[in-house]
Amino acid sequence: MTAKILSLNVNGRDETILCDGLTTLQEVLRDQLGLLTSVKDGCTQGGCGSCSVLVDGELWLSCLAPVAALAGRAVMTLEGLKQSAGIAAIQQSFIDNSAAQCGFCTPGMILTVKALLDANPEPSHDEILEALSGNLCRCTGYLPIVEAVKDAAARLSGGADAARASEGREG
Amino acid sequence: MASEAPKAEALNVVGQPVKLRDLKKHVGGQTSYCDDLRFPRMLHLKMHRSVQPHAKLLAVDTAAAARSEGVVRVLTHADLPGGELWSGLATVGGAGDEPVLASDKVRWKGEAIAAVVARTPEQAEAAAAKVKVRYEPLPAVFDVEEALAAGAPNLIAHWPGNHYIFGDDHAAAQIRLGDVEKALAEADRVVENVYQTSPIEQAPLETIGCVAVPDGDGRYTVHTGSQSLSSTLKSVAAYLGLPANRLRFVSGSVGGGFGGKADLAVEVTATLAAIKTGRPVKYRYTREEEMFASSTRAAWRVYIKDGVMNDGRIVARKVTTYHDSGAYLRMSNYGAMKHSTHWPGPYTVANVWVDVYCVFTNRTPSGAMRGFGIMPASFAIEVQMDRVAKAIGMDPWRLRLLNAYRNGDMRGHHRAVKDAAMIETIQATAKLSEQNLTGDLQSLSSWRQKAG
Ligand code: FES
Ligand code: FES
Repeated sequence: MTAKILSLNVNGRDETILCDGLTTLQEVLRDQLGLLTSVKDGCTQGGCGSCSVLVDGELWLSCLAPVAALAGRAVMTLEGLKQSAGIAAIQQSFIDNSAAQCGFCTPGMILTVKALLDANPEPSHDEILEALSGNLCRCTGYLPIVEAVKDAAARLSGGADAARASEGREG
Repeated sequence: MASEAPKAEALNVVGQPVKLRDLKKHVGGQTSYCDDLRFPRMLHLKMHRSVQPHAKLLAVDTAAAARSEGVVRVLTHADLPGGELWSGLATVGGAGDEPVLASDKVRWKGEAIAAVVARTPEQAEAAAAKVKVRYEPLPAVFDVEEALAAGAPNLIAHWPGNHYIFGDDHAAAQIRLGDVEKALAEADRVVENVYQTSPIEQAPLETIGCVAVPDGDGRYTVHTGSQSLSSTLKSVAAYLGLPANRLRFVSGSVGGGFGGKADLAVEVTATLAAIKTGRPVKYRYTREEEMFASSTRAAWRVYIKDGVMNDGRIVARKVTTYHDSGAYLRMSNYGAMKHSTHWPGPYTVANVWVDVYCVFTNRTPSGAMRGFGIMPASFAIEVQMDRVAKAIGMDPWRLRLLNAYRNGDMRGHHRAVKDAAMIETIQATAKLSEQNLTGDLQSLSSWRQKAG
């Protein structure tokens, strides 16, 4: 297969990528760019959501994304979101609600929640379920995860009061 | 035997919330799993697997695979030092019956035949598809009772009747308490049923995998997601004929196990490949392999015959169960043993008779999963309790509470009950589900033999 060179912005840095027509974004992030391993590989077939990333702010399954189609676009993984608005509140909500056990699904979950809350700061219960429907978790059960999403939404939209209220609650 | 329930105030762990220590790393995406490890010059191993459930191997032709792009090495049974057989418990006294790579026969669809080691996973996968195997299909058996019947095709010469041998010469693990035939004859009613469970894949989100790394001094470090680190090290040493001090096993975060990572699955082959190539070798199951080739929870068939009195006492429980081990033993004898000691369930029955067979069939070998051997017993027991209640026209809560085991009662395997909590658990469940228990049931306790 013929190799192709393209540029991609990953976590705020312009990167030059060597790929062929079938190279996936997941392979590039995990292997070429040196250990962006918050991007997991639970199935390599679009079934689990563990490889979720943001492409120009939109949620993508990186295992199904041919990187050749992404020239010039901006990709964010959890490693690159550290300073990003709202991410700390989402992470803290996951901790406070014990919304992770083995943690393998967690980075994908957090990116999914980030994409959801960026687009819809006050999602309904059903909208949360809909948003999480592409992310499988085998360990935790979905109730704590849904609780974490609600908690994060409250912290982010309710400002300081909501944040204080949720800090006081039992994990 | 405790004479009183411990006071809740005296407990400083039970009932208190405890946070997982690794949550912070999880939410930051910093937890490293086996698949996240990278080593310079690391190779990838992919397996060519049997497409037949039971067949003689006439020829395994690896020439085309070996010539395929990126391939560094192809391994077959001939590469194993002594052609050893293994099973999960072989190093602690179990019998080894499973080749690491199939030699003369395959016994299940998915059995490992030839391992291809290449520079990339894609190259290894493409080459593995080029291994050519000539099979002579043999009659296969997929049902536990058919496998035990006279004239059934034999899977493993070591197990002539297609079942494990418990102790020196027992076809079944046996539990005997009291006189079950007499109690059945004297019972007001006999309630007899059969129960069947299905194989279940543990389906961890991280698939099974390991990386074997040569340390350069004749030692090997194996990073693995295994749930059984030390027994896996011992097994690899035994089956590759290496002293244990040549191996170092490193665990990390396991991306879910549920028993599915308790069996020896990838470590022997990956270590062998690291020895043969002198390079780090990663062997990680694809999701597809995880679903069809890794050990599942076993399918069980359970026959129960209960002798019941009209006042609700279960006086006899006679049980025959068949554990579908699949094609090889692995840890099935252990699961079957645990299953046998679980009878008659969390109930006290004076006369118990249990035979548990661990049967070999041409299905995917089974292994551990949450409550290894216990879940199928509990499923059968609790459905049976509802059916007994129905048969004698009694409320199923009452039936369970009347028969629930208490401290000091004798179990099927002749051990007195300690730390019973069945009665209190049912009482708490009733409360939470707004089920009104009558006063006599509310006053029952695991610490007293009589109501009141
Ligand atoms: S690895 Fe991409 S969806 Fe599972
Ligand atoms: S925490 Fe293990 S899969 Fe979600």
